[in-house]
Amino acid sequence: MLQFSKYKITLILAVLLLGLYTALPNLFSAAHIASLPSWLPARTVSLGLDLQGGSHLLYEVDTEALVKGRLEAVEDEIRSAMRDKKLGYTDLGVKGDRITFKLRDLSAIDTARAALATTTTGLQLDIADDGGVSVYFSEAALTEVKKHAVEQSIEIISKRIDQTGTKEPTIIRQGEDRIVVQVPGFGDPQRLKELIGKTAKMEFKMVDETAESTGNGPATSVQLPVIEKDGSPGQKLWIRKPVMVSGENLTDAQQGFDGGMPIVQFKFDSVGARKFGDATKANVGKRFAIVLDNQIISAPVIRDAILGGSGVISGNFTTESARDLSILLRAGALPAPLTVLEERTVGADLGADSIEAGKRACLIAVVFIAVAMILLYGLFGVFANIAMLLNAVLMLGFLSAIGATLTFPGIAGMVLTLGMAVDANVLILERVREEMRNGRSPVNAMEAGYREAQATIFDANVTHAISTMFLFAFGSGPIKGFAITLLIGIVSSVFTAVVVTRLMTSIWLRQARPKALPL
Amino acid sequence: MFKPIHLVPAGTRINFMRPHKIAFIISVIMILGSFALVFTKGLNFGIDFAGGVIMEVKSSTPVADLASMRSELDNLELGEIALQEFGAPDIVLIRIPQQEGGEVATQAAVAKVKESLGSDWQYRRTESVGPKVGDELKSSAVWASIFAMLGIMAYIWFRYEWQFGINAVLALFHDCVTTVGFFALTGLEFNLTTVAAVLTIAGYSVNDTVVIYDRIRYDLRRYKKMPLSQLINQALNETLARTTVTSGLTLLSVLALAIWGGEAMRGFSIAMIWGILIGTYSTICVASPMLLYMNIRNIGSDKGKTAEVEAQA
Repeated sequence: MLQFSKYKITLILAVLLLGLYTALPNLFSAAHIASLPSWLPARTVSLGLDLQGGSHLLYEVDTEALVKGRLEAVEDEIRSAMRDKKLGYTDLGVKGDRITFKLRDLSAIDTARAALATTTTGLQLDIADDGGVSVYFSEAALTEVKKHAVEQSIEIISKRIDQTGTKEPTIIRQGEDRIVVQVPGFGDPQRLKELIGKTAKMEFKMVDETAESTGNGPATSVQLPVIEKDGSPGQKLWIRKPVMVSGENLTDAQQGFDGGMPIVQFKFDSVGARKFGDATKANVGKRFAIVLDNQIISAPVIRDAILGGSGVISGNFTTESARDLSILLRAGALPAPLTVLEERTVGADLGADSIEAGKRACLIAVVFIAVAMILLYGLFGVFANIAMLLNAVLMLGFLSAIGATLTFPGIAGMVLTLGMAVDANVLILERVREEMRNGRSPVNAMEAGYREAQATIFDANVTHAISTMFLFAFGSGPIKGFAITLLIGIVSSVFTAVVVTRLMTSIWLRQARPKALPL
Repeated sequence: MFKPIHLVPAGTRINFMRPHKIAFIISVIMILGSFALVFTKGLNFGIDFAGGVIMEVKSSTPVADLASMRSELDNLELGEIALQEFGAPDIVLIRIPQQEGGEVATQAAVAKVKESLGSDWQYRRTESVGPKVGDELKSSAVWASIFAMLGIMAYIWFRYEWQFGINAVLALFHDCVTTVGFFALTGLEFNLTTVAAVLTIAGYSVNDTVVIYDRIRYDLRRYKKMPLSQLINQALNETLARTTVTSGLTLLSVLALAIWGGEAMRGFSIAMIWGILIGTYSTICVASPMLLYMNIRNIGSDKGKTAEVEAQA
């Protein structure tokens, strides 16, 4: 039991050295690591957002709104297609997940089917014998639309965040229609949320001057609020529904100044430039509105036709809001609105405080345990303490090597592991004492102690590992961090507390050849 | 070197079995009490489960003026806003309940509070959980607990005879239920970290039980004629030193966490302290004496095994 073959010793030392090697970078600052030779490992334990500060945001892509928007667009197309073919209909509208209407003339079903074929490409078209028509997305198409919307949203969110110069954001899809955004160390979480969450659908539309003067608008116009400098909605204007040009045709947007006032300069692509040119030429002297997410940024009077394809928005901007708007316009509009389901933002100094508190608790726990172990078990307590330190090194090394994230609860897991890990040594040493009382020789007692305690240690740790694994499987964020630390701790502590202390003990027994164990 | 301390002297003969009936009664009362408390008083769910917002803010003045803050925030009409000094006199924890109107209203509430407090405050932490995620977190916490229990039960079943398995899981159940009851009684916040604590307690509790069961099984093979009650008592005494030292050391490290680990860790640490105490109690006073009522005498004795084989044949 206490005999170690050369291979075994080499293997044990190799594991310990590997742990030391991978844990090493954690001792140095990032700048220091960069200056070290490349054969040294550079990976450190990455700190969770709760320790380094940052925002964790869980978004849901509002796919219902997306589908509704798509259907409404198709509804308009159906209306004009029916009008072109002079087909009568009633009750046209979007109801739930489909467009429904009724044909007046039942003999025109085939003509209607042909007329609607192109406008409803990619959609299911059902015409019942009684003239009831419904147009909807098939199950497969719906999944595809949603998937595409989530992918597109992720792309646009990353463009937006990249533009702010923030380093290393994590943007990943979760489940069918969710997106997790993790941004370390962003100064102003409110601004971050505004940047990510704005749909940023930009449209150029005409102001309905007749409705403005009468105060009463037709069905083809809507009242939209003008956005104030502080972001709140203000006075309302009647706006015609048809879109002159939309943000999709923008190729660039930059924040600038005009007479000391912050403005946003934009450029259209060729299609956009032509549309904008035509529309402005036809409406000189009238007002048009620049509408962002159904709010009016500004509603200037068209003095001349704007033919160059570029223009300037001078709304109620601050320098920052103008800069953010130009970022949003450059990155493009989100395909569907986003809702924040969950937010966890931690300031950098709370994170630093947590690290401080965690370190302090860890250190004090180590001192408590180390002193107690020496008082209780003397020399063997020292061995157990060395094992405890090696365990900490191994945990750190392993966490670094697999790129795991250390969270605040993870630190708690480390502290807890320290206390529970010495349990293996306590079990062994108490057993050794018992064997000594039974009159065994030092070597015999040691051997029996390790042998008898082993199965118990194994069982105890496996049951502990089981509950931790489920914690890992079902936990979220920081709790996962806690579980992974605990799990690594359980494995490495069995190794250090059982194998490593046994090696130390056997070497000591061979060197000292004691007549009685100091236990 | 000096002579190490023997915390528990060798050969103790404490009779743990004698008061076992009283312990059973106490435990049953605790379990029923826990259920009663959870169903009547209820748990003080944190935002992880109940939804809502918490904000940890730091005042620019050395002492935060809670009274004026309260009157300011009450004007916002966001429901019952709770303010609490958090670890230091200049740090305040603001709790905003779940808003009607779901996720969008919740985000609006955060913005309103920030606007109302103005720039005199530093925002250390903002956490908001909408109703959807709250429900999901709740169900995943429940599933994690159920699967963890089943997993442990399966392992003990596989590794021990069924009598031990049932008892170990009963003890585990006892510990988890009373821990939840403890949270209901004290009104400490029950959140995701608490669930982590409960599951860690589950791991610790089984760990503790397994150690003693191993000993009982070992003694069953050694002393074939000893009365069961005496045998269990002896096993408890033999492992008493280990139980005391391990519980003591784990308690020490959790105490370090409770005292120096910062305000955010306090709930977790207090749960752990309770769990270690109750776990140790249940192992000694519940899980072990309950074996008396299970027919475990035949287990491990070769005679018993042959008898079984004969009976089958």
